[in-house]
Amino acid sequence: MNTSLPYVSMLTFQHLYLSVVGTLIGAAIGFALAVWARRRPRLANALIGIAEVIQTIPGIALLAFLLLAFGLGNGTLVVGLALYAILPVMQNTYEGLEGVDPVYMGIGKGMGMTRGQIFRQVELPLAFPVILTGLRVALVTSIGVATIGVFVGADGLGLLIYRGLQLIDTQVILAGAIPAGLLAILIEVILTLLERRLSRAASAR
Amino acid sequence: MGVKFEHVTKMYPGGRPAVNDLSLTVPTGELLVLIGPSGCGKTTTLRMINRLEEPSSGVISIEGRDIRSYDPIQLRRGIGYTIQQTGLLPHMTVEQNIELVPKLLKWDANKRHERTHELLELVGMSYETYAHRYPRQLSGGQQQRVGVLRSLATDPPVILMDEPFGALDPISREVLQNELKRLQARLQKTIIFVTHDIDEAMRLGDRVAIMRDGILLQVGTPDELLRTPKEEFIARFLGRYIVPHTAPLESIGQFMQTNMIAIQRELADGGRIVQIAETPLWFWLDGEGVLKRVAPALADGGNGWNSVEWAEEDIDCVGERDSAEDVLRRLADGETEALPVVDDRHRLIGVVSRRSVLKTLSNTGRVEV
Amino acid sequence: MNVLADFWNNYGGQIMDALGPHLFLTFVSLALGIIVAVPLGIFLTRNPRLASPIIAVVSIFQTIPSLVFFALILPFLGIGTQPALVVLFVYSLLPILRNTYIGVRSIDPALIDASRGQGMTSWEILYMVELPLSAPLIVAGIRLAAIYLVSWATIAALIGAGGLGDLIFSGIDNYDTNLLLAGAVPTALLALLIGFLLGMVRRLVTPRGLKVGVAR
Repeated sequence: MNTSLPYVSMLTFQHLYLSVVGTLIGAAIGFALAVWARRRPRLANALIGIAEVIQTIPGIALLAFLLLAFGLGNGTLVVGLALYAILPVMQNTYEGLEGVDPVYMGIGKGMGMTRGQIFRQVELPLAFPVILTGLRVALVTSIGVATIGVFVGADGLGLLIYRGLQLIDTQVILAGAIPAGLLAILIEVILTLLERRLSRAASAR
Repeated sequence: MGVKFEHVTKMYPGGRPAVNDLSLTVPTGELLVLIGPSGCGKTTTLRMINRLEEPSSGVISIEGRDIRSYDPIQLRRGIGYTIQQTGLLPHMTVEQNIELVPKLLKWDANKRHERTHELLELVGMSYETYAHRYPRQLSGGQQQRVGVLRSLATDPPVILMDEPFGALDPISREVLQNELKRLQARLQKTIIFVTHDIDEAMRLGDRVAIMRDGILLQVGTPDELLRTPKEEFIARFLGRYIVPHTAPLESIGQFMQTNMIAIQRELADGGRIVQIAETPLWFWLDGEGVLKRVAPALADGGNGWNSVEWAEEDIDCVGERDSAEDVLRRLADGETEALPVVDDRHRLIGVVSRRSVLKTLSNTGRVEV
Repeated sequence: MNVLADFWNNYGGQIMDALGPHLFLTFVSLALGIIVAVPLGIFLTRNPRLASPIIAVVSIFQTIPSLVFFALILPFLGIGTQPALVVLFVYSLLPILRNTYIGVRSIDPALIDASRGQGMTSWEILYMVELPLSAPLIVAGIRLAAIYLVSWATIAALIGAGGLGDLIFSGIDNYDTNLLLAGAVPTALLALLIGFLLGMVRRLVTPRGLKVGVAR
């Protein structure tokens, strides 16, 4: 089993790429749903309820169901990642927007801004830190779920890990596990720092 | 002997004294008020009595005995403690809150039960109604009343109160202050009471101790302080206290409304159903004007007579000679907005409502009961 | 209905066989997690300076994908149930620890002051005030941990710990749809069921006094 640096790098890149794509798709859906559900608490509760159910289903089980529906391949994994990314982003977007002090919206209206402008230039920036947190959680989760993507025929570092387990070859295992672990930790740390910078900037306003 | 401070000092970590060489004797049975601007050390002083804070030097004794000779936990169980936020445990009922320390002291269930009963009666809160309610279900005034009862549960000789009425609305505050005075007259506890409200201090304190920057400036009866303030600062501080010049109220007559009697219906036996002012109550009177029944008023006048809920027994009403204090309390606590006033023949002569009380207060400016 | 009956006839045995180890892994690691994380959370509220670093360390473990964690453990602890329990135990810590810490910390300090002032000992305050009031949040943390554990326990099959994951992975390897479903469906149902049951427990431990209507 090839554990050379170029190969591992390629797998790492694939892993990250798939995670990001899946997360962004799910985030877009989650974001759109949250915006749609604003000021409709019952709709919001229903949507959050459904997303929570999806979240509760164990990763491998969800991927297994998707496997039956979509067959092997990267696409199946991406669908799974997107589904898992919906809840954190949707919930945080909803809470972030609801949490914007109505005073600011009043100011916006007073300045003659349209609804759309208020949304883009007042509410979104203020809610952004919270939304970013949701995005971070979704991305880190995706990196985690993507490691078992190998079972639905997707690319990524899971390939090395699984092979290593089958062969009980420590070197192969580590060649896959260490980059995967580091990737997750790195993304978590970077995004957390980014969040802190942004929320300091937001509160300074 | 009460409570005695001898050269008590408490230092902050930075080196500044929170309390500086305080010497003070509070005789048994006295209500001493500690007052001063923010940061003067009054709360710290209070909290040293039950050892929530420890002095850096000096001795504090209760009934002649140094408080350090007691185990802090046992000491606190023998001293009452009431704070501004009540500190009532929200997951426990009124009864459970009151009997908390007795339970810790292993009183048996009967004794605890009796004591809770006794305490609730003391402030006119019926056991049946209130014992099993949770703090959230009570108004601010009721909660703090329970807080005070809780501090009395083990009948301690000393009670500490840290701005207990500070978070209440003015009417509740007034009612509770009067309640405290009444309780104190009856129970004769040694009470150390912290406040920043000079009116409250002058009204409640047997003596008032004024502090600033950790130092006790002067202690004396309200009169003494007014007549002979030792310092410019004290005179100015007291200057905010306006001596009331309106006549004290002896009866509730001043609060009563008798105008705008709307007769809803005249009855065959000469009786009438009347409504006073806009109070939402209908009074069923017989031919002599004796109050027979009371009911909440219906919005649409005479159309739904059958659905009117008349109360005939145990009508909540007030006698014209009842003390204003009692009436205010009942209005503050009670279920209804208004109470009918009757003379000694139980004839209706007027009505007191929260609205009429507020109106009177705003007209006269002050109430002294 | 016939389809279900047939299915059960063919796979029921395997499902039940796998369910045992799966539940064992989930609940033993959950129990260990509770035993360690709750007291630790309470300890951190008494020593808040330690809270940030300790919670940060535990968070890092959480960030590591489960497969990675299992794989990293293998060279050191080998295969089987025990290594799986170690990993699952570590995973269960964060949700419970964080919720315990936040739950106890968020209790109004005035309540604690009044309780101390009345003469309650620290233990009495813990049992009579802090734990009852933070119980809903702590149970919420336990619930979250339990749901995660059901999920991670499926991966544990890869290091020989057994459980429903075996069925899923066999199903994938052998292109056996039915076997795959025999593993995936019970797993999903198990997670949902545990989520539901612990949700009810949470409602049960919420003190009445916090649920009743507020003063008029």
